[in-house]
This record gives sequence, structure tokens and C-alpha cells, in this order.
Amino acid sequence: MATLVFFYFAGVIVLTSLLVVALRNPIYSALSLLIMFFHVAGLYVTLRAEFLAAVQIIVYAGAILVLYLFVVMLLNVKREERYHQQFPIGAFLGLTILTEVLLLAYHRSSANEPALPLSRAARTMSNGQSVATGVAPAVGNTETIGEVLYSTYLFPFEVASLILLVAMIGAIILAKRDLFERET
Amino acid sequence: MVPLSYYVILSAIVFITGVVGVLIRRNIIIILLSIELMLNATNINFVAFSSYFQNVVGQVFVFFALTVAAAEVAVGLAIIIALYRSKSSINVDEFQLLKW
Repeated sequence: MATLVFFYFAGVIVLTSLLVVALRNPIYSALSLLIMFFHVAGLYVTLRAEFLAAVQIIVYAGAILVLYLFVVMLLNVKREERYHQQFPIGAFLGLTILTEVLLLAYHRSSANEPALPLSRAARTMSNGQSVATGVAPAVGNTETIGEVLYSTYLFPFEVASLILLVAMIGAIILAKRDLFERET
Repeated sequence: MVPLSYYVILSAIVFITGVVGVLIRRNIIIILLSIELMLNATNINFVAFSSYFQNVVGQVFVFFALTVAAAEVAVGLAIIIALYRSKSSINVDEFQLLKW
């Protein structure tokens, strides 16, 4: 049953990601990317990361994709030719890398396969601290992420807020009409 | 239980689709969408490993990758708007000022 659900999500994810690359109209590409985001969120729910699924939908589908659609509609693109002249090289490279990665994955999976999740004992990190267990049912996913995010990873959290500030400033300055309006 | 290699293979397929999309499309917006595909593929990988090793650190990293993706999309789209204003085209073949 779990395998069936996984194959549904994985199949739709692969199909829509191929559609994103292959469709001619950029709005259709953005919409198939939206469907992919929803199914990735569903995959996260099956992996019992429901907080991340919600964040994925809110941030990716609700903010990033809306930004894309705004820009696509603002620029009012005509339908142009789809593929580069280097299309055969790109496709060949893609097939080569895909074959290599699939071979690697099959070799690794036949060697040692963590088919079942490991035991729920607390894992210790390299510096001796013990990280909270993953997605134990007693404590929800949100609490677990919150405990680790605000204690051990507080500094990267603050740096992430700085990244957002820099992106905000950069986007405003890049998209402004003219920094110095001349009155002539 | 779904084996871990299934998630890795799925993530690899989506990532390579994103790479091929960056390589063969001429529309800048589709190129940026393909970059989002690549980021989503790595996120799937992180969450799968985090679930299989019962360690929540993978999901914390997905958090940060999501943040960086949002910031990158904002700046990238602002650049596209600035480019469009100067050249009225979003075909990457036409931006050749830096070419020698």
C-alpha cells in the first residue's frame, strides 16, 4: 500500500517535471510545476514530515510560483522556439548522467539497504550532543524541527533571515525604474 | 516500507530533468523553473534520508534550502525584469554582450 502511494506520487512528479521542461508555453510549465510541488508535499507527508509539506506548499506553491506567474504575465511573452541548437548535446548528457546515477543507485542498494528505518534511539552528533529523535509519534514533526532549529541551528537560522533581507534589497533595486529621476 | 534507493532514484531523475531543462531551453523563465526542479530534487533526497535515519537534521537543512530558493527566485526574477526592460526579449541567445 505504501509502495503504491509512493509510485503514484513519484510517477506524477516525474511526469510533471518532464512537462515543465518540454512544454512550449511558460504558463503551462509553471502550472505543471505547481502540480509537482503539491505531489512533492504529498511525498513529504508519507515520509512523516508534515510540517515540511505545509511549508513547501506555502512557500513554493504559494509564493514562488505566484511570483513566476506574475512575471510571466507581466512580460507577455510570445511563443518562441523551444529548444536550443545544443539540444542533442543536452539530451545526450542527460541520458548519460541518468544511466550513471541509476547504476550507482542499484549497486548501492544491493550492498546495504536500510529498508526499514533504524531504531528510535537518540542519535549522537559528532560533537557529543544528542540530537532529538526524528519523527517519533509522541512529539510531532513541528516540535522536533523547532527544538533543533532554535537551539543547535540558531546561527544558520539568523543567517537565513539575512539572506532574505539581502534578496529583498537586491530585488527592489534591480527592478526599480530609475534610481535617479531626472527632472527635465 | 519503500526502500531508500527508490527515493534516491526519484530525486536523481528529477534533478537530471532540471539539468537538461537548463541546458536546452531558451526562455529564461523556464531555465529558472528548471533550477527550482533541481532544488526540489535535493529536498526530496534530504527528507528521505532524514526519515530513514530518524534524524531531523535533514529536514532542518531542507528549511534552509527552501529559504535560499525563495531568495534566489526573487533576485532572479528581478534580473529578468531588468533584462527585459533593456532588450525586450527573454531569449538567452540574444544576451551576448559578454561574449568575445
